[in-house]
Amino acid sequence: MVMSVLVVVEHDRGAMADASLESFAFARSIADQLGEHVEALLIGAAAADLAGVCAAHGATACHLVPAADDYGPELYGAVVSAAAGQLSPSGIVACGTDRGNEVLAHAAAELGMPFVANCLEVKTADEWEMTRVQWGGSLNEEARLASSMPMVSVAPHAVEADEVSPGATATVSELSVEVPEWVRRSVIQDRVVLSEGLSLATAPIVIGGGWGVGSAEGFDVLEALAAKLGGVVGCSRAVTNNGWRPHSDQVGQTGTRIAPQLYIACGISGAIQHCVGAKAAKKILAINTDPAANMVVKADYAVIGDLFEVLPAIEQS
Amino acid sequence: MRVLVCVKRVPAPGAKINITDDGQAVDATNLGHTMSPHEECALELAVQLVEAHGGESHVLTLGVAEADEQCRWAASIGITKATLVDVGTMGWDPQRTATALIEAIRSIEEADGTFDVIIFGNESADTGGFQVGIRTARVLDRPMVNAIKGVSISEDGTVLEAQREIDSGMEVYHLPLPCAIGVKEGITWPRYPTMRGRLAAKKLAVDVTGSEAAPGGQTMVRLNRPEEQVSETIILGEGAAAAPAVVELLKELGLWS
Repeated sequence: MVMSVLVVVEHDRGAMADASLESFAFARSIADQLGEHVEALLIGAAAADLAGVCAAHGATACHLVPAADDYGPELYGAVVSAAAGQLSPSGIVACGTDRGNEVLAHAAAELGMPFVANCLEVKTADEWEMTRVQWGGSLNEEARLASSMPMVSVAPHAVEADEVSPGATATVSELSVEVPEWVRRSVIQDRVVLSEGLSLATAPIVIGGGWGVGSAEGFDVLEALAAKLGGVVGCSRAVTNNGWRPHSDQVGQTGTRIAPQLYIACGISGAIQHCVGAKAAKKILAINTDPAANMVVKADYAVIGDLFEVLPAIEQS
Repeated sequence: MRVLVCVKRVPAPGAKINITDDGQAVDATNLGHTMSPHEECALELAVQLVEAHGGESHVLTLGVAEADEQCRWAASIGITKATLVDVGTMGWDPQRTATALIEAIRSIEEADGTFDVIIFGNESADTGGFQVGIRTARVLDRPMVNAIKGVSISEDGTVLEAQREIDSGMEVYHLPLPCAIGVKEGITWPRYPTMRGRLAAKKLAVDVTGSEAAPGGQTMVRLNRPEEQVSETIILGEGAAAAPAVVELLKELGLWS
């Protein structure tokens, strides 16, 4: 029997998370080293429709656990640990998101096993050796993992999703797992929709403002350009600390990680915690009066000047 | 209401994080120390919960003796009790850390009573293992949800309603007390220490213990600095005159319509 690396698929009521596709590419890189298959764990009946996507991204088999109506960290953790007991995969991979890390941590706690979060690369040997992120991505750590069933999450944007087998199909089999009733105590009870459409995490253009914007009203010029370009406005920690923007707009290690085609950083000095949050941006354009600002040095492109002159000029072009 | 907050002492880096020659730690020479912004907000949340519902707040940390500084910071904003598990290093792995925290919490709870809420930061600022809180809560049999950005306590005092921010809004969880949560920066607005707070911090009796917890399965080999993406910054121009060049760039990237 060929062993397999098991991917815990992240989805919300049947809508797959983009990051989950990256975890398939990561799992394949591990499975290739071991000469094994990649298989998918689909939790919740709503996930049944995802088998095709899983197959296209390299899964040869999908295991569906229907008995979970909605997401709950303890419920999902218990399902993963019970499924692992039945399937005995040679490793478990999830994406390094709020949910992915949380679910593997709950499963690892249940199994009394180690779990390594936010890996960039895994080399399989008797003990797995991995490179993982520390300090939100400012440093890398080389680590070793001693475990009979290594559990790892892949850092967001560490690998690119890759549709290796378009149109492929995978077998879907129902997996009957027993979980104790108490794990349902932390299942989602409600959802509040605050905004529709583009979000900071997924926008193709993010226009960020920092200390140099100077006030809450100063963000009007950023908003105007964002509206024209179909982008979203973000900000640095200096801005939220001053109460100019809500914390949900903060880009950085303790805020939102962005990955736009272009990040336009306006009046942002470029503290290390901010820069790691914008690390996955394809290109960065810095607009700053100070040509020596760290953000300008790190950027691909820069305009040296006052953002209140530059942004309206672009918007009116 | 009894509330516990777990915090971790970390160096406060500047524009660059340097590594010691042996690659085993961040070079903290000339650096101050702090805790994650998530944990600063967690302390504030604990103080607010006790202000609203009465009771007692407690801070717990594990690491080196110098983490006394973080306990006193907590006291300066209103936390009234502190425990430091001194293991002589900041380098314990997540399983080992959780085991030691569980021992410490059990011992505090035996003496003072069960904590209604145990608050962790979503992840530590340095190692970012995303698991110590969850492991601790699991063994102590407390429901636990991470990434929380809003909480309220039900009127009858039996349920903690927790909100988690997602792309389009919030997910809502109802956790029966006693429970544990991992919180993110933004859940509260940490206050500054008052003069009275500073005095309380000086007087705080920090209970120092140790731990014999066994290592877990994850071992750090060394730290590296990621390869810098060296890119020569292309200066598109100065001031408003640069606008046409920016528009060209947007067109090139397919972002101008």
